[in-house]
Amino acid sequence: MSESTHNLSDLCTQVRRDIVRMVHGASSGHPGGSLGCTDFLVKLYFDEMQVDPKNWSMDGREEDLFFLSNGHISPVWYSVLSRRGYFDVAELSTFRKLNSRLQGHPATEEGLPGIRVASGSLGQGLSVACGAAQAKKLNGDDRWVYTLHGDGELQEGQIWEAALYAAHHRIDNLISFVDWNGQQIDGTVEDVMNLGDLEGKWRSFGWHVLQCNGHDLSALDAAFKSARAAAGQGQPVVVLMRTDMGRGVDFMEGTHKWHGVAPNDDQLSVALDQLATPLSDY
Amino acid sequence: MIDFISADEATLDGLTRKDTRSGFGQGLLEVGQAHDNVVALCADLTGSLKMNAFKDAFPDRFKQAGIAEANMIGVAAGLTIGGIIPFTGTFANFSTGRVYDQIRQSVAYSEKNVKICASHCGLTLGEDGATHQILEDVGMMKMLPNMTVIHTCDYEQTRNATHAVAAHHGPVYFRFGRPKVPMITEADAPFVIGKARRVMTGSDVTIVTNGHLVWNSILAARQLASEGISVDLLDMHTIKPLDEAALIESVGRTHCVVSAEEHQRNGGLGESIAACLAQHQPTPQRFVAVKDQFGESGTPAQLLEKYGLGPSAIVDACKEAIAVKQGMMA
Repeated sequence: MSESTHNLSDLCTQVRRDIVRMVHGASSGHPGGSLGCTDFLVKLYFDEMQVDPKNWSMDGREEDLFFLSNGHISPVWYSVLSRRGYFDVAELSTFRKLNSRLQGHPATEEGLPGIRVASGSLGQGLSVACGAAQAKKLNGDDRWVYTLHGDGELQEGQIWEAALYAAHHRIDNLISFVDWNGQQIDGTVEDVMNLGDLEGKWRSFGWHVLQCNGHDLSALDAAFKSARAAAGQGQPVVVLMRTDMGRGVDFMEGTHKWHGVAPNDDQLSVALDQLATPLSDY
Repeated sequence: MIDFISADEATLDGLTRKDTRSGFGQGLLEVGQAHDNVVALCADLTGSLKMNAFKDAFPDRFKQAGIAEANMIGVAAGLTIGGIIPFTGTFANFSTGRVYDQIRQSVAYSEKNVKICASHCGLTLGEDGATHQILEDVGMMKMLPNMTVIHTCDYEQTRNATHAVAAHHGPVYFRFGRPKVPMITEADAPFVIGKARRVMTGSDVTIVTNGHLVWNSILAARQLASEGISVDLLDMHTIKPLDEAALIESVGRTHCVVSAEEHQRNGGLGESIAACLAQHQPTPQRFVAVKDQFGESGTPAQLLEKYGLGPSAIVDACKEAIAVKQGMMA
């Protein structure tokens, strides 16, 4: 445990508070997927990745890298990055506002530490991660490359181009996670564009496939351990992570309706009542 | 460099002809030898892009992407994060329109040091027809912030430009082609991104051109010289950033200009020239370019003639530009 002083579940609650406050403050943004991936990103950044936030560099040599391919869940990433020490948590108040480094979707142009490529137009992050992972191999750098994707995002053809590429080139330092919440903007994934046998699809593309509960920190812990144990053997690894969109705020849970909608003042109040303040708000 | 006006036909006929893509292939091999962080990617067109020499010399630094160009661009963007200089190779059509959003978000907006190398540009791809003859790629690429856009005219210029592209930090769209064209630049002529190359000095009309139309412009200038008209000829191999100083200096002497390019008029070199001159030095201009049409199957020479990009079209455009100038002065 790299951050054993922190209680991870307290951090998760604090990050969820940050998310709803940021989206409320900007009157825009994507709370649903952000809340659903909070446990994963807290676990990833505070307990799994080897990183050096205070000396962040674009090339990330000898560090683990993370690529958020579904860039619209930027609120959770920004919160976790700031809580991990990449930048001051006070900057979270600038989310989506003019002259901010915290763009609506992640970007490099403003120089926000922790971000290595823009994302938002879906389906591109797995390709970028493949390249970054191959660069690590060329450079003799044995750290890991992690990615996160939405399940709806898997409807983009480029994802499957990248899936073929990763298996063909035996990119086995790459561990991808899918936010498998079954929801997208227009409704359920099953109704909008059914992914069918998702596990079978990844397996047939040559990936080692794992599944886990994305809200159970011990299940996530086991998934990370299993993923790294399976990696390094010629195959990329994907973890299909069952989550609830909107997790932690009862009226946002399990529905696509809060994919990209900001809470009003009353809704914010109700949401914050459900999320105790374990640390301190920005 | 030979004097293209005084040279006899036999001298011009005797010029060695090579394809610009082979200049790229040789240049890529050389930059691979010079820099061990150069990596090449190709989408199943390794032979067409002349990347085989690099592939054979550096098998670990050659990444076959298959027929999946969107992924190839993304992989290239990711490679830069580890300090790699990636060169992607496929046809110009599949290097741009097919992957525009990937270039826009993962490369240009993300400020990634990716070199997008595009062969078989324009009509001179020939018999494959309009599906493959992209004439809009320069426009798409020059509109992207952070993107440098280069289009070369012969083998040695393309080989030398490959070195300059590798040395430049930032995304580059590097456009070249398939047909064998006369070698008109020197092997040891340094390629400077953003600096136009003066092919000949004259006083009556400026021709600004690049790519395969540099040769047609030379032929046009010879014809015009025989009629007593003197041409100032600029090879504007870098479309972005445009060498505005060279352009303004030239039209300051000639007071009229013809742009000649193997591209749509909309979005091309001529449009960049017009925008520059409208702001700094309004100048009569005629455009030799494809006029809002798709191409078709045919030989490169037939297509250039049919679509108004041959020497005679450039001659006519120069005479029109001069007539407009004289009308304004009268």
